[in-house]
Amino acid sequence: MIIGLGHYLTVAAALFVLGVLGIFVNRKNVIIILMSIELILLSVNINLVAFSSHLHDMLGQVFAMFVLTVAAGEAAIGLAILVVYFRNRGSIAVEDINLMKG
Amino acid sequence: MTALSDSLMLAAPELWLAVSALVLLLVGVFQGDRSYSTISWACVAVMVTAAALVANGASGIGFNGLFIVDAYAQFLKVVILAGSAATLIIAEPQVRRLGIARFEFPIVVLIATLGMLMMVSAGDLLSLYLGLELQSLSLYVLAAFHRDNARSTEAGLKYFVLGALSSGLLLYGVSLVYGFAGSTDFLRLQGVLVAEQAPSVGILFGLVFVMSGLVFKIAAVPFHMWTPDVYEGAPTPVTAFFAAAPKVAAMGLLVRVLSDAFPGLAEQWRQIIIVASVGSMALGAIAAINQQNIKRLLAYSSIGHVGYALLGVAAGTEAGIESVLVYMAIYMATTIGGFLCVMAMQRGGQAVEAIDDLAGLARRQPCIAFALAMIMFSMAGIPLLIGFVGKLFVFQAAIAAGLVIPAVLGVLASVIAAYYYLRIVKVMYFDEPAPAFDDMAHAPSSMVLALSAAFASPLGYLAIGPLAAAAALAAKSLLG
Repeated sequence: MIIGLGHYLTVAAALFVLGVLGIFVNRKNVIIILMSIELILLSVNINLVAFSSHLHDMLGQVFAMFVLTVAAGEAAIGLAILVVYFRNRGSIAVEDINLMKG
Repeated sequence: MTALSDSLMLAAPELWLAVSALVLLLVGVFQGDRSYSTISWACVAVMVTAAALVANGASGIGFNGLFIVDAYAQFLKVVILAGSAATLIIAEPQVRRLGIARFEFPIVVLIATLGMLMMVSAGDLLSLYLGLELQSLSLYVLAAFHRDNARSTEAGLKYFVLGALSSGLLLYGVSLVYGFAGSTDFLRLQGVLVAEQAPSVGILFGLVFVMSGLVFKIAAVPFHMWTPDVYEGAPTPVTAFFAAAPKVAAMGLLVRVLSDAFPGLAEQWRQIIIVASVGSMALGAIAAINQQNIKRLLAYSSIGHVGYALLGVAAGTEAGIESVLVYMAIYMATTIGGFLCVMAMQRGGQAVEAIDDLAGLARRQPCIAFALAMIMFSMAGIPLLIGFVGKLFVFQAAIAAGLVIPAVLGVLASVIAAYYYLRIVKVMYFDEPAPAFDDMAHAPSSMVLALSAAFASPLGYLAIGPLAAAAALAAKSLLG
């Protein structure tokens, strides 16, 4: 069997859906949400690199590099906010994030 | 080589902001938090200089199509810089009272502003993403800036999680558009999509994902749920900033993407925009009625205002885009005044945020009450005030484009919304007085409030001519 573009896109779509479900279904821990966000960004990277190779165009790979860089910054800021939140509330359970209802 | 120097000249205001932010950061590190005032005013000066650079700069396309400077970008950049500078000026007293007067605050605002300028100049999905992330990451930090306060950090956490999710949706859409259209350059995408007879499913999926990411950033229905919580939890000066410049930038970006990259799919995106617009207008009108907290009320009100502006986007014509620009500029000016009044709500050094605390304000502090009344009348769209002109432009453009039913729904929504704006005026003028607020002993804030109220009052008609002319020029440059 030849592994083609369709297979890569299917894997990326599956990872993307897992990531989105991880944010909405998970009721336990904010760290899991951070991991889900990373999963979404990585699924995008798989998409970009697969398309880049399929189109014989470098742009997708350049884009993937930028996404990786921004993802690192995003994770750093997310963890920093999580740390200050934990200091105030002493918990990072999702169901405790309820000071403001909305 | 000349191409590079030309590109650098085009990006001069952005480079000036970036270099200044780094230099001021160094100054702050050496001087410590006592330099807050100096750095804050220096940031205001940097923004004013950048606005002058924007106004006098040339237009053109730089960095191989990544960066576009046209009259549209210039108009939005001047509005954004004005909004950021005004929010920095009015932030100082409140920031000091909350004990968060750290030198990083104005610098993070400056960096967020840099991201917004990048957004409205984006000419490629790559520069769009980078500008958007620079802005969003700065805003997450600002929301959680009061780091000893549980509500502020919770607001930051919520904003971060949902914001990161929306960035992920946007990026997934970008990757699909790139794969199925073969490019991320707006003008090249436009060519590919116009050439194709029937757009492929992949591109449509990509468009929908990109739009949901952007609709989140402007806080329109159905991606509005973070707004009330974040606006309530974040420190008030930060909320004022959130409601002002970033909304204008994200709206500018949405219009730029839809009319530069996807005009070939106008039939498809118009339906989505109409649903988001009508939904936002209805939610902004109805959900705000029961609110007791004035920051939450203003959050719902901002969702409603975004709905009206989206009606102009849905029109898609030159008049429609002109009306969006005018509407967002008016919205920003009045919102800053509104939040300034919220910041003035303090008793004995403690902030109060309930609408009932405004009771009888007209008898204790007639100036603030009058300014807030002007701003509320204007937001409600009462004729003779500036907000009415903005709504009139939008509805005219929508009807001219054949969107009669959404425009009628919009008028109905604005009638319902008038109830809660007028309730604030009624509480201030006719209820039994509550204890007085502390004096607003900060001359620059009083000046900004006076300017905002004067703009909202019939005096604002003096400004509407030049504003509409500049917006018309901007809309023409975007579609021409």
